Amino acid sequence: MGDAEIIPIGTRGRPGRGTGKQPSTAARDLAPTRKPPAKPAVRPTSRPTPAGRKPTVKKAPVAAPASAPGPPAVEHPVAARPAATTRDRGPMAGIPAGDWLAAFQHASLEIFGDQAELQLARFLAFLRRRVTGDYVVDEYGFDQEITQRFFMAALRPIAEKWFRIEVRGAENIPTEGGALVVSNHSGTIPVDGLMTMVSIHDHTGRFLRPLGADLVFSLPIVSTLARKGGATLACNEDAERMLSGGELVGVWPEGFKGIGKPYAERYKLQRFGRGGFVAAALRTGVPIIPLSVVGAEEIYPLVGNVPALARLLGIPYIPITPLFPLLGPLGLVPLPSKWLLEFGEPIRTDEYEAGAADDPMLVFNVTDQVRETIQQSLYSLLMQRTSVFG
Amino acid sequence: MGTGRVVLVTGVSRDLGRRFARALVADPAVGKVIGVDVTPPRGDIGDVSFVRADIRNPVIAKIIAKEDVDTVVHMSVIATPGTAGGRNTMKELNVIGTMQLLAACQKAPSLQHLVVKSTTTVYGASSRDPAMFTEDMEPRRAPRAGYAKDVAEIEGYVRGLARRRPDVRVTTIRAANVIGPHVTSPITSYFRLPVIPIVLGHDPRLQFLHEQDLMDVLQHAVVSDIPGTFNVAGDGILMLSQAIRRLQRPSVPMPAFAVGTLGSALRSARVADFSPEQIGFLTYGRGVDTTRMREILDFHPKFSSAEAFADFGSLLPPTGGHSEKVLAGLARALPPPPPAEQPAGAEHG
Repeated sequence: MGDAEIIPIGTRGRPGRGTGKQPSTAARDLAPTRKPPAKPAVRPTSRPTPAGRKPTVKKAPVAAPASAPGPPAVEHPVAARPAATTRDRGPMAGIPAGDWLAAFQHASLEIFGDQAELQLARFLAFLRRRVTGDYVVDEYGFDQEITQRFFMAALRPIAEKWFRIEVRGAENIPTEGGALVVSNHSGTIPVDGLMTMVSIHDHTGRFLRPLGADLVFSLPIVSTLARKGGATLACNEDAERMLSGGELVGVWPEGFKGIGKPYAERYKLQRFGRGGFVAAALRTGVPIIPLSVVGAEEIYPLVGNVPALARLLGIPYIPITPLFPLLGPLGLVPLPSKWLLEFGEPIRTDEYEAGAADDPMLVFNVTDQVRETIQQSLYSLLMQRTSVFG
Repeated sequence: MGTGRVVLVTGVSRDLGRRFARALVADPAVGKVIGVDVTPPRGDIGDVSFVRADIRNPVIAKIIAKEDVDTVVHMSVIATPGTAGGRNTMKELNVIGTMQLLAACQKAPSLQHLVVKSTTTVYGASSRDPAMFTEDMEPRRAPRAGYAKDVAEIEGYVRGLARRRPDVRVTTIRAANVIGPHVTSPITSYFRLPVIPIVLGHDPRLQFLHEQDLMDVLQHAVVSDIPGTFNVAGDGILMLSQAIRRLQRPSVPMPAFAVGTLGSALRSARVADFSPEQIGFLTYGRGVDTTRMREILDFHPKFSSAEAFADFGSLLPPTGGHSEKVLAGLARALPPPPPAEQPAGAEHG
């Protein structure tokens, strides 16, 4: 269907729908006779929003009639052709690609303003870079571009709107150089790790590099996302390598004991592993920043477990929450608890002598110190909190 | 003769070995190069003197003694049974051949240097791996079969020789996946498949070493007198998905066992020399730390991993890349300056 057929409508009487107070001549002409029923489907796409932005919006509709002044007299007898069938009226049928493009351009102009072209071109360049593989990953497989433009963008609304995360003490995170963020772990699914990553990035501009259990790296899809998002395996070699490379590393020493603990034991810190993270910090001399997360315990209250099935599947536990198997996939929606993230004073590790990391007593002492700090600030945050969803 | 080293190179019938031997003859520090293999080399070997001998045979000791060899470069470790004629032959060539060669080396009083081309496959590939292996790390799971086990055993014998002959300088080069337009190896035949099967949900990290860099590092190891074990790989990391996108080839995700089955099927059909042992590598990938290569061996590869891969891919015709074409068309239709009105937005139409 050609564009030119549309033209006759506006060529008699006053052109266009000038003021919007009364229908145009063309519209009045159209009403009683109902000549071309198929045409209005085309019309609105080329004129998306008549209100506001007159100069920009007008451009296209004006350009279209002007380009073909001749046809009306010839085209008018079109009324004689057979009435349109439902098949003709399909929403996608017969709209030329050019109109689509124009419509998209107008829509983007409405949404993004003058920068639309630029933004579109930028987005296209991004897409092309992704499709041709023309991007860089670091030695751990961290893909900064996709993390910043996709993962963070997807998680940010959850952090801000769903959990309404409140961050305190973000100034305790060093702006550069290696540091180890040690946090409590809770919530059945490690959502707290993701939310910590987003919050740290939004408050300091740095990327948190999480250390994950080996289960993360053996699961399909999860392993790919984890590596792209900047995670690596929680082992001494990687932790020390990242810390001496000046990265901000995140560690959850409670591991599965922490996220998989029943709801009744919420906010009670579990054993902090073997203190490997302290040894890594001592060897590289980076500060340890304790992080207390309040609110993550309530997102999926763990009330039960199916140990036999978990063993069969080779995973640490199968969560049963008040909603999960009961409501099916709907039960996977986390409860909207209000979150508080408090970063504590950095604990310095560069004052110990060289062999300190090999002294188990010292390592246990520092581990306990970190654990106590997190536990105490958890209690004080819980005191300040008025309600779970508040 | 008389001036310079006398170098014995094993495994010259294969392309890399032959070209390395030729390059070595041109080196001023080297007087004579003797190439040894079971089958004669296919191409031109220039000034290399070829001796047809089997390293599984004590004859090799006589050659070393007679020619007064002072340097042995052991390159005859093969990765796939395809060229050798079966896994048993491959194992025999690799393990028994190395044993015989090293036994001969131990007996030869003239021998001063031993350079062994090993591979980063010895580190294995698993979900428990650290991001970057350094030379003193062990594989998380000891390899039970195949190439990785062969290489682990070969390195064991090499360490044994180094203990028994402390006067011999031993350099082991653990090369990452060698890639280049002329290389035929499991990994290159994998990337030469028109549609590349990948393990569902995993995106391994890969490191490559350009074939030219492999020759250079071996030559460097022969000439410079630096003992030790060194990881050698190009700079940087490529993810498998990224590599496939750069080749502009389509990929098919499938479960690991299906990739393995397909690999065996392709191998028995002689389409690709793709061994099922690679599944671990294609699932979890591997990265090696090359700090020692730079600082102690003082070798700097000319090609980064990405450049080496680009050089390999430059001769491969793309079999996919349609989405790139669509996007390129779209980008042309939407240049930043004026709003373009051509109906070229094929994707939107």
